Amino acid sequence: MLDSIKDFASWFFVTGDPLIYGADVSIVLATIAIFAVLTYFKKWGWLWRNWLTTVDHKKIGIMYILAALLMLFRGGVDAIMMRTQIALPGIKFLEPEHYNQVFTTHGTIMILFMAMPLMFGLFNIIIPLQIGARDVAYPFLNSVSFWLFFVGAMLFNLSFVIGGSPDAGWTSYPPLSELMHNPGVGENFYIWGIQISGIGSLATGINFIVTLIKMRAPGMTLMKMPMFSWSVFATCIIIILAFPILTVTLALLFLDRFAGGHFFTLDMGGNPMMYINLFWMWGHPEVYIVVLPAFGIYSEVVATFSRKSIFGYKSMVFAMLVISIVSFFTWLHHFFTMGSGADINAFFAITTMIIAIPTGVKIFNWLFTMYRGRIRFELPMMWTIAFIPCFVVGGMTGVMLAVAPADFQFHNSYFLIAHFHQVLIGGVVFGYFAGLYYWWPKMFGFKLNHKLGVWAFWFWNIGFYVCFMPQYSLGLMGMTRRISEYTWDTGWAPLNFISTIGALMMGIGFLFQVAQILYSTFKHKKVGNDPWDGRTLEWTTASPAPEYNFAITPHVHAVDDWWATKERRAKGIADDPLPPIEPIHMPKNSIIPPIMGLAWFVAGFGFVFDWWWFYIPGMLGVAICMIARSFSYDTDYYIPVDEVKRTEEAIRGSV
Amino acid sequence: MAQTVAHKGNHAADHDHGHHDPNDLKVVGFWFFLISDVILFSVLFSTFIVLRNNTAGGPDGKELFELPGVIWETFILLTSSFTSGLATLAMNRGKKSQLIGWLVVTAILGAAFVGLEVNEFVKMVNEGAGFSRSAFLSSFFTLVGTHGLHVSVGLCWMIGLMIQLGRRGITETTKGKVTLISLYWHFLDVIWIFLLTIVYLMGVM
Repeated sequence: MLDSIKDFASWFFVTGDPLIYGADVSIVLATIAIFAVLTYFKKWGWLWRNWLTTVDHKKIGIMYILAALLMLFRGGVDAIMMRTQIALPGIKFLEPEHYNQVFTTHGTIMILFMAMPLMFGLFNIIIPLQIGARDVAYPFLNSVSFWLFFVGAMLFNLSFVIGGSPDAGWTSYPPLSELMHNPGVGENFYIWGIQISGIGSLATGINFIVTLIKMRAPGMTLMKMPMFSWSVFATCIIIILAFPILTVTLALLFLDRFAGGHFFTLDMGGNPMMYINLFWMWGHPEVYIVVLPAFGIYSEVVATFSRKSIFGYKSMVFAMLVISIVSFFTWLHHFFTMGSGADINAFFAITTMIIAIPTGVKIFNWLFTMYRGRIRFELPMMWTIAFIPCFVVGGMTGVMLAVAPADFQFHNSYFLIAHFHQVLIGGVVFGYFAGLYYWWPKMFGFKLNHKLGVWAFWFWNIGFYVCFMPQYSLGLMGMTRRISEYTWDTGWAPLNFISTIGALMMGIGFLFQVAQILYSTFKHKKVGNDPWDGRTLEWTTASPAPEYNFAITPHVHAVDDWWATKERRAKGIADDPLPPIEPIHMPKNSIIPPIMGLAWFVAGFGFVFDWWWFYIPGMLGVAICMIARSFSYDTDYYIPVDEVKRTEEAIRGSV
Repeated sequence: MAQTVAHKGNHAADHDHGHHDPNDLKVVGFWFFLISDVILFSVLFSTFIVLRNNTAGGPDGKELFELPGVIWETFILLTSSFTSGLATLAMNRGKKSQLIGWLVVTAILGAAFVGLEVNEFVKMVNEGAGFSRSAFLSSFFTLVGTHGLHVSVGLCWMIGLMIQLGRRGITETTKGKVTLISLYWHFLDVIWIFLLTIVYLMGVM
């Protein structure tokens, strides 16, 4: 009996590595600390009522961002562990199997559990405010989406201490990811972590496109929508069309592993290349899903801090919509070496080059917006300016990779690694940082400390180039990705060592940002509605905005409506008379989303280990939650006029 | 002011401060969901088309498919789509018992469809043509089974709606729900037409 328990535990828990024991201890300590603090300060009720069951888009957005920053930390630690291992030849820091797990989790976490939730966090906080809405189209579904993301991320991270991490790369290509070559549970964690959060992402895509189509304030025609809203619109189109592909692909891979299917197996007629096609039919659009909102953020920031309206509004909109369509016709450039033939490779090489054109249009629009503007070098603007040269270089190397014959040399080398990190860090991460700094006062009512932010900025930027520029050369020298070991006679050691220094510098930059957030939380000045002298509707309401966002729904007349209002006021023209405040219709909090998330977690965990006594109750729980929701009719309430008036006066009094 | 339905086309003029007709919102969102579901089925169709000749020495569609059963399934599902249309008409005339009656007929037809499909699957498995036999059969069971699963979920949803209609009658909220499920039901019908053509008819050709 005791022996069988022992056997089970040594299989169930990941054992044998001191690094993992250290992590186990710190996870347990952190959990105990969180429980103790919440209990001591009697905050459980507060946490449950104000956060976990909330349907308020602003709070959901903050929870997304918190989770994303935690995941950025985990993904970053993975990155530094890898860079340590390959800093020089012969470093015995990670075993090869462990190294495989680390690069797999690094990629998966950074794309799906860091970039996506950071993006959804910004969607949530800003979109309703920017279009003058009281909430998103489906507040309840919004909360469900958050919980699906969260339990998906937790399930994926659990593989670190229970069962073992996935190790077939973030792309998880079969046949390596099939049962024959990968019999452990790691790949199941990969499949279910992504699957559950992916359903949430799809729901968010639908939620926000309907919000943008149906909930804009009166007078805001589509062509008066702010640029960030447009970018979210384009992104949502891609999400709705691309995520179902991922859902099916992962489901088929799971059926292969779980039920003995033959979709991607080597025997019985399966076709592994089909997985690679399907994966990138989602995967390439996914890149544009995360970068388009960053483009939207740059457009907002550039206009605000140059005190000019965005140059070429219509061409910007056109460029984003073109990108959202063309992004579906480039997927094959991820595997030119598959050997589809010259004609097919040529088609995808050309589409890949074509998609650089609308992107180039946007770069010029940002530059022309700055031209003759009165630029203020605040943190959001600094990240935007840093983005432009970085993204141009990343884009150019992308065009080099698109040249199909040359790609046979670049393929899976460090040249590729340097390229996609340059567009994903230089494009996406810089953009989300700019967005975080820009909208932080709207979320919390204070700005983040400038000085610490400047330190973080320079560490990140210098670190970035020190880390990734050598990798282009390493790629051309023949170093391929996903190797954990090389010898001195390759000549790769010096450049790898420099690259590792750059990675550590970016790590220091991140620590500066953590310090910046902590310092500013305790030491700050309250700011008013409009701390950056902004241009769009989110700056007309309080910082942080009350739960109903706008006491009176704004009426929109111009593209940068708030800027136009300020100009009218400067000329001494009075605002239109405001209609009286009316009772405000709001959705009620709901306990169903977190419970449904828990049920999904139980089901996912059961599928990972193939324990029917786990996944059947889990799926039943999911079904019961949906039925309970369908049968509940008491889902909303009205805030009476008196209360709105009291809140508005309190806000005015405090600033 | 609570639940007045905003007149369409009159949006700019209405001063109802962030009020949106909730049913209208739900229908738009549901259309987007259906678009994503179209993509989901397209991926399953393309995997089936890629793998349908990979029988690995096992039986192919010509040997396995029995058209009479499939024709019955088609006939039943198309009829259920018609009866769900009749249910919507009854709802628009405000006739609660007629509405529930037609929904019951629709659900019974749907259940018959699922029953026939399960029967077909069991037969195939018994003939040694199960899910794991070949890539062709894996993709066949997944594609057809996903459609069957959609129909089954629709059945549960319909039963839940009948209970709600019985308790609350025809209100704005329940009207919205019936509209969504009838959209869903017609959508499954369209998918079936493609299944019939691509899987069965082209399979026995």
